[in-house]
Amino acid sequence: MKYYTYFPGCSSSEGGAKAYGWSAQAVSKALDIELVELNDWNCCGSTPSSSVDELGSFCLAARDLALAEKRGLDLVTPCSACYVIFNRTNSYLKQYPQLKAKVDEALAAGDLEYHGTVRVRHLLDVFVNDIGYDDINSEVKRDLGGLKVAPYYGCQVVRPRPGFDHPEFPQSLDKLIASLGGEPVPFPMKSRCCGGSLIISEEALALDLIRKLLDSAVRNGAECLIAVCPLCQTNLDAYQSRVNKKFKTNFNLPILFFTQLMGVAFGLSEEDLGLKTSIVPAERVLAKYL
Amino acid sequence: MEKGTLANTFVEEISAIPGGEGIRLCIQCGTCTASCPNADRMEHTPSQLIAMARAGMRGEVLSSNAMWFCLSCYLCTVRCPRGIKQTDLMHALECLAVREGLIHEKTLTPAMYRSFNHFACILGNLPEFGFMTWFYLLTNPLRALRMIPVALNLFKRGRLSIRARRLTPEGANQLRAILDKAESLGGVT
Repeated sequence: MKYYTYFPGCSSSEGGAKAYGWSAQAVSKALDIELVELNDWNCCGSTPSSSVDELGSFCLAARDLALAEKRGLDLVTPCSACYVIFNRTNSYLKQYPQLKAKVDEALAAGDLEYHGTVRVRHLLDVFVNDIGYDDINSEVKRDLGGLKVAPYYGCQVVRPRPGFDHPEFPQSLDKLIASLGGEPVPFPMKSRCCGGSLIISEEALALDLIRKLLDSAVRNGAECLIAVCPLCQTNLDAYQSRVNKKFKTNFNLPILFFTQLMGVAFGLSEEDLGLKTSIVPAERVLAKYL
Repeated sequence: MEKGTLANTFVEEISAIPGGEGIRLCIQCGTCTASCPNADRMEHTPSQLIAMARAGMRGEVLSSNAMWFCLSCYLCTVRCPRGIKQTDLMHALECLAVREGLIHEKTLTPAMYRSFNHFACILGNLPEFGFMTWFYLLTNPLRALRMIPVALNLFKRGRLSIRARRLTPEGANQLRAILDKAESLGGVT
């Protein structure tokens, strides 16, 4: 059994990506991983906070890191935004002593201190590097039999700093699909942006980016697409009908969390994986495995 | 003069912000602009913005819409041959613009970011439904109506919670104390 401190983030806990949280837990259990949720965590602030109040945003993230440090385990999150924010906070606190002094002073007001020792990981990294493709493969109960899957990484799981995969041409998700018996389709847009939170404030712009991603996936023969971030999944799934309306397209591409696809291959139940929460129904392509 | 304590020029001001110091290293190669998915929507491209900042065009830079179109996709950052953290530089310019009240009126992104930050700080959590409703009502109630089909789809599939996750009272107080202290310390510089 491997133990981690778990940071679900707002979307995957009680937000729009509950199914990501459920399937992350279910798949982890199957792989002998125990994800213990960080007690009383707060929102990491994501990109919006760091764009309007820098010091406040570092403090939001630092409280979580300080709480996690007490447990002494790696901090794992399924959310690419949380992942980038915590890693940014860690590296900035190391690099800028003046900033660290201010954050320390703020934390002290809450009787907390942070020494910069928490290693922040994305759940994908934990699965492919701590567990590995072979062990994942040996857990497969229903081989995906060549299901054509577009591996969508998005931005923040691979950028900005060198992490567990290449910043522009990542491979970990491709190999993960293969280890489940699926076929990763060539997907040139695999690490391009889905529009992020600008779907809310600049919808036309984001819909255009989403259209390009869907187009690239479908043209390469994908039967479904898997995402590693709650916001990427929501943009591609919930806004797919808006893209169709705006661009007079006909996309009908199921968008899954990567943990849901793993769960299907592991033979877990539809309920445990929250497959019914998809806006574009996934049953059509997954029926033969369920 | 001690670096970072007294900003005589706009470049010094930016350089004093953590992550902003790279602005001095730019060679105007344009790699960031060529990499940016949104450069064509910006009044000034990322590389132009840097050139303008170095020319001391403080007002023009801070009232530009450019940084508000940054998606934080970090493609420019990983490609910059000078190692400049452009995305973070954009965030720094956004924070400066907010502090100065120089927010571009044609983009709703600053209002959206501020609504988000407001919820994150007050509740310690981001209730998506409440945040989006608040934002749409604040900026364009008509858009709230147009969003009903998307919202209904999410709701039908159990993806729209009205109730927000709450911290324990101790946790909420602790977060409040930390953020109040941070506010009293001024900004990052």
